[in-house]
Amino acid sequence: MNIDIAVFLASMMVAATPVIFAAIGELVVEKSGVLNLGVEGMMITGAICGFILANATGSVFLGVVAAAIGGALLSLIFATLTQFLLSNQVATGLALTLFGIGLAALLGKPYEGVRVDVIQPISIPVLSDIPVLGTILFSHDPLLYFGLFIVFAVWWFLTKTRGGLILRAVGESHDAAHALGYNVVRVRILAIMFGGACAGLGGAYLSLLRVPQWTENVTAGVGWIALAIVVFASWKPGRLLIGAYLFGGIGFLQLHLQVENVPIPVEVLNASPYIATIIALVILSAGKSGRSNAAPAALGQPFHASR
Amino acid sequence: MQRRTLLTTGAAAATAAAFGLPARADGHGPLKVGFIYVGPIGDGGWTYQHDQGRLDVEEAFGDQVETVYQESVPEGADAERAITQMALNGADIIFTTSFGYMEATNTVAGNFPDIKFEHATGFMRDHDNVATYDARFYEGRAVIGHIAGRMTNTNKIGYIASFPIPEVIQGINSAYKHAKAANPDVEMVVIWVYTWFDPAKEADAAKAMIEQGVDVIMQHTDSTAPQAAAAEANAAGGTVYTFGQASDMAAFAPMPRIASIIDDWGPYYVKRVGQVLDGTWESGHSWGGMPEGEVVIGEITDVVPAEVKAEAEAMIAAITAGEYHPFTGPINKQDGSVFLAEGEVATDLQLVQMDFYLEGFEGDIPN
Repeated sequence: MNIDIAVFLASMMVAATPVIFAAIGELVVEKSGVLNLGVEGMMITGAICGFILANATGSVFLGVVAAAIGGALLSLIFATLTQFLLSNQVATGLALTLFGIGLAALLGKPYEGVRVDVIQPISIPVLSDIPVLGTILFSHDPLLYFGLFIVFAVWWFLTKTRGGLILRAVGESHDAAHALGYNVVRVRILAIMFGGACAGLGGAYLSLLRVPQWTENVTAGVGWIALAIVVFASWKPGRLLIGAYLFGGIGFLQLHLQVENVPIPVEVLNASPYIATIIALVILSAGKSGRSNAAPAALGQPFHASR
Repeated sequence: MQRRTLLTTGAAAATAAAFGLPARADGHGPLKVGFIYVGPIGDGGWTYQHDQGRLDVEEAFGDQVETVYQESVPEGADAERAITQMALNGADIIFTTSFGYMEATNTVAGNFPDIKFEHATGFMRDHDNVATYDARFYEGRAVIGHIAGRMTNTNKIGYIASFPIPEVIQGINSAYKHAKAANPDVEMVVIWVYTWFDPAKEADAAKAMIEQGVDVIMQHTDSTAPQAAAAEANAAGGTVYTFGQASDMAAFAPMPRIASIIDDWGPYYVKRVGQVLDGTWESGHSWGGMPEGEVVIGEITDVVPAEVKAEAEAMIAAITAGEYHPFTGPINKQDGSVFLAEGEVATDLQLVQMDFYLEGFEGDIPN
């Protein structure tokens, strides 16, 4: 085999990043007790918003910011419908995906085949010169590091801060949180917008970096993978990272193995990312932690203060 | 499954009874022409080209026709629902434009005997109202295979393949045979991605190939993502060549895209819709190629040396004139057995049943 392990692991991190962004955003949303199935729609909206802005201004940074704003704005539609008008979250989320895909296709019509300057990787001085590790860890684009930072920040926020405790309380029992004087709807709207912004960033990572171009339906189901990973990671940021890297890594590895012509049936190789990710995360969550793996108790339930 | 069939049949009968099908039989209203697409019309490749064909139909017949289409219809069970829906909405002829719609098209055709169905790239015609059509993409593959063999520096050519069906295998074999003829040292690697359209996966496949020393990439998938991945590698100092697939993908010329295979469905669609209008439409199989103008090689860019370009153009001329068939013997199968003897030309039946690689090819075709 002549797979360069360092280059491979570096590519794996790139392949996993869109899923990480989308999944960590959805994790926060679900922790607040809201199920938003519109991840795919918010991602693709972020992808096109980012592409348009980066194309118009020549600044990839502005494109990334636009992607986050675009995703958050779209999620605001979901927030309004589910939090104020108490619509069904599953149906509204699905509609948001359909709407997002259509909106992005419409916005993106003039941008098909347009090229954009991609984000250049930054080589962190000194560290990137370390053999092997330097290639794997210290020679990526800034957005990838930001994704890792967000995962860490979410973990810290959820487990170490008062704000995180409130968010979890809202997700576990909105009535109790309400009785304690917390504004359930406000917490949830903020969580939904955070989820939208993260999904938008994941989309921009695809359209500005990983693919990188605008094509209709460029996300091609990544949002659904993100939703699945949140569940299999039993709502824990660390496991989410493992799940995303496993999925992205094995997905990329199997392509390499095909080039290498290894004697494993191609069908098995193609199914391997799904199988491996599910098995790994199921084993992780089958441990003694038991009940703590359960979903937030109020997940998907509408809340109305007058009740 | 049976209940499902019963339901669709029932729905069809009910609708036919309620509204009377089709409306145009008495000369009222335009002919409704439907298209089922496997990807978005903005994919810049396969579906985009079919939609160009739809626009050609509109232009040719104006008010006489009305066209409808549905994008991104998954292959498999959901296709049956989408095609039935289009039939119930009064389409008079429906073009289903991907191999995976084969069974669904025939099932729905059985339920709607008054509607005409045209299935692209398939071979199943269970009913008199089903026709099939295809294009001889392998003719184009022969030309770009030759160019690839002449252009590669690493002698490693990559092929991003979708599904292991004869249409795709013909393309791989044709490209391999002609690359090998142009450069005996060529090695070809195939990645099966099991999708027609997934930009991220297609880009990853291209990146995996590039990381392993491939410098010419061909694709049998529909998005332009591999082109973008190659462009990125070139921007970082690499030299990777690609070919536009299904559509010209001219945005990536002159590098990495150095030529392209363009599918032009317009002439066929216009012809068939015209036949429905004047009542001469019949079931059958059409397989046009370069002579019919259905397979076209896009501009060969200046990155390709004049000598290689001239060779490619000579091959295009020979195929177009009917003087050269890309599958002309002697050709052996991968296992060493004889596929075509010296001077023998593959029959269409042999081509549509192709399920083997040619001699010298490494790797196995998935079942």
